[in-house]
Amino acid sequence: MSESILKVNNLVVGFSMYQPRSFHKTTLQVIHSLSLEVNKGEILAVVGSSGSGKSILAHAVLNLLPKNAVVGGEVLYKGQTITKKREKELFGREIAFIPQSIDYLDPVMKVGKQVEGVFGTSKRKEELFNQYKLPIDTSNKYPFQLSGGMARRILICGALMGNPELIIADEPTPGLSLDIAMETLQHFRTFADNGTGVLMITHDIDLALNVADKVAVFYAGSIIEIAPTQDFIKGKDALRHPYSKALIDALPQNEFVPILGTQPYAGDLPSGCLFAKRCKYRNENCVGRQEERELRGGKVRCINAV
Amino acid sequence: MKKRKNLVYESIRMVILLFLVSLLAFVLIASSPIDPLVSYIGTESTLSAEAKAEIVEYWGLDAPLPQRFMTWLNNIFHGDMGNSITYKKPVATVIGERFSYSFVLMMISWLISGLIGVVLGIICGLRQGGIFDRIIKLFCLITKSAPTFWLGLMFLVVFAVWLKLFPIGMAVPMGNLASEVTLGDYIYHLILPAITLSVVSMGEIVLYTRQQVVEILNSDFILYAKTRGENIGQIVKRHILRNVLLPAITIQFSSFSELFGGMALAENVFAYPGIGTATTAAALNADAPLLMGVALISAVFVFSGNMIANVLYGVCDPRIREAGLNE
Repeated sequence: MSESILKVNNLVVGFSMYQPRSFHKTTLQVIHSLSLEVNKGEILAVVGSSGSGKSILAHAVLNLLPKNAVVGGEVLYKGQTITKKREKELFGREIAFIPQSIDYLDPVMKVGKQVEGVFGTSKRKEELFNQYKLPIDTSNKYPFQLSGGMARRILICGALMGNPELIIADEPTPGLSLDIAMETLQHFRTFADNGTGVLMITHDIDLALNVADKVAVFYAGSIIEIAPTQDFIKGKDALRHPYSKALIDALPQNEFVPILGTQPYAGDLPSGCLFAKRCKYRNENCVGRQEERELRGGKVRCINAV
Repeated sequence: MKKRKNLVYESIRMVILLFLVSLLAFVLIASSPIDPLVSYIGTESTLSAEAKAEIVEYWGLDAPLPQRFMTWLNNIFHGDMGNSITYKKPVATVIGERFSYSFVLMMISWLISGLIGVVLGIICGLRQGGIFDRIIKLFCLITKSAPTFWLGLMFLVVFAVWLKLFPIGMAVPMGNLASEVTLGDYIYHLILPAITLSVVSMGEIVLYTRQQVVEILNSDFILYAKTRGENIGQIVKRHILRNVLLPAITIQFSSFSELFGGMALAENVFAYPGIGTATTAAALNADAPLLMGVALISAVFVFSGNMIANVLYGVCDPRIREAGLNE
C-alpha cells in the first residue's frame, strides 16, 4: 500500500445564487459527496465530459473557489486539511497547479519572471528551460508570443520551480497537437515515477489511458467509478458502471457508439442514480440514492453493477 | 519606422483639428451678438459714422465671413493673434501669462488626483464591498456629480471663511507690490484651488481603477498566482500594479478636457488669475481675439493629453509594442 498524498472525502461544492426571476437565493450543488485518493508516485486521471464540473474539483482542492461557494467534506494533504496557514507553506513549494491555458499567465509580465514566481531562482529556471528545450530567450517573451506547446512547457516549468509532491493538472492537453500532448503526458509520467502524486483532470480519456495508473470517471458532479487503468484498456467487460462501459464503446477505435441523451443539469438532478435516464440496464433499484461501494478492486456507484 | 509614421500621422491630425476648432469658434463668434467695433470703441462712443465706417473698412469687417476667416488665419500663421480688448495687450502675451498660472494649477491637481486616485482605487478594489470601499465610492460619486463651482464654494466657506486656513482667492496677497510677493505666497494661494480641482477630477480615476482591480482579481492569472504561493502583497506588487497603472495613466491623460473645464470653473470661484478667469472676462467683454486664442490653446492642450495617452499605450503595453516590432 503506497503512501497517500491527497485524499478527498465526501467533497460537496455548491454555489449560492439567485434563481432566475426571483429574489430567493438557492444553493446549486455541482459536486456531490466526491471521494478520491492520490498516492505517492501515482497518476489519477479524472475524466468526464466538458462542463461536468471537473475544474471545480481542482479549484476546491486548491482553495480557489469564489466567495459564494459552499463547501463540505474534507480535503487532506498528507493526512491534514489545507488551512490558510498551511496553504502558504505548501503552495508553490510542495503543491503545484498546472492550469489549463495561457490565460492563467499575467498578460503583461515576461514569462521568465512568472516561471520563477516568488520562491524560484533564475538558476533553477535555466535548468528547467534546458530540460524542457525552451530557448533561453523565452524568459523575455510575453505570454501572447508563445506557441501552445511552449506555453504548456512554461506552465510545467512553473510547477517544477518548487519540489512538488502533488501536482494538479487541469485539462493539460486541449489545443495541443497529438505529439505535443503525448510529450506533456510523458512529463507527468516522469514526475510520478519520481514519487510525485499527480491528479490529472481531463476530458480526453484516450490520452489519459496512456499514462494514468487509475482512472476516475466523473459524471454530473460525482465520481461514478474509479478503476485501475488496466480495466479500461481491457475493455468494457472489465469495467463496472454502465456509463464507463458506454464511454469505452463510444471511442472511435472501439464501437464508436454515441451515448444518447445529455448529462442532467446541476439544478435539476434526479434523486436516485444520476445516469438512470440514459442507462439501458435501468430497473427499480435505480430510484434510490447510489452509494459508492468497492467492487473488484475498484469503486462504483451503481447498485446493479457486478 | 512605424513610430515615425505614427508621429507624422498624429501631427497631421493635430493640424486638421486646430483648423476645425478655429473655424467653428470663428463662425460661432461671428454669428453671436458680439460687434467687434462696439466692443472696441465702447457703447457710448462719440465717434462719427464716417469714422466708424473707416474702422470697419480698415479691419475688413464688411468683407464676407470666409474672407475674414482667411485674414485671421493668415495673421495666425505670421504669429499675430491680435490684441485683447480686455487686457489691452497682445493675445499671445495674455495667454502666455495666464496659461502659466493655470498650467501649474492643472498639473498639480492632475498629479495629486492621479496619485491619490490610483492608490484609493486599488485599496477599494481589494476591499470590494467593505466599509472603506463604500465610503470612498459614495464620496467619488458625490464629487463626480456635484458642480465644480459649488464644491469650490464649499471649500471656500469651510477652509477660508470658517477655519481661516487659506486665503479666499487670487494668486498673491492683495495690496502688495509685485516685488514683495514670495514663492510661499504663490503656493499658499494655490493650495485651495488645487485641492478643489484635485477632488473634482479624482472621482473618475478612483472608480476606474477600482473597477479594473476588481476585474483583475477575478481573472485566471490571479488564481494561478495564488496557487504559486503569492500572498496579497506580492499579488498587488507583481500583477495588480502592472496591469492597472498603464490604463490608469492613460485615462488620466485623456481626462485633460475635464481638467481644463474644471480649472475654468475653479479659477472663477477663487478669482485665480489664470486662463479660466481670462476666458470669462473675454466673454463678458466681447473680446473676440482673446476668445479665439483660448479656443486654440485649449484644443492644443486637450489634444496633447490624448496624444500622450495614445503614444504611451504603444510604448508601454508589451502586447502592442512587441506586435509592432514583429511586423
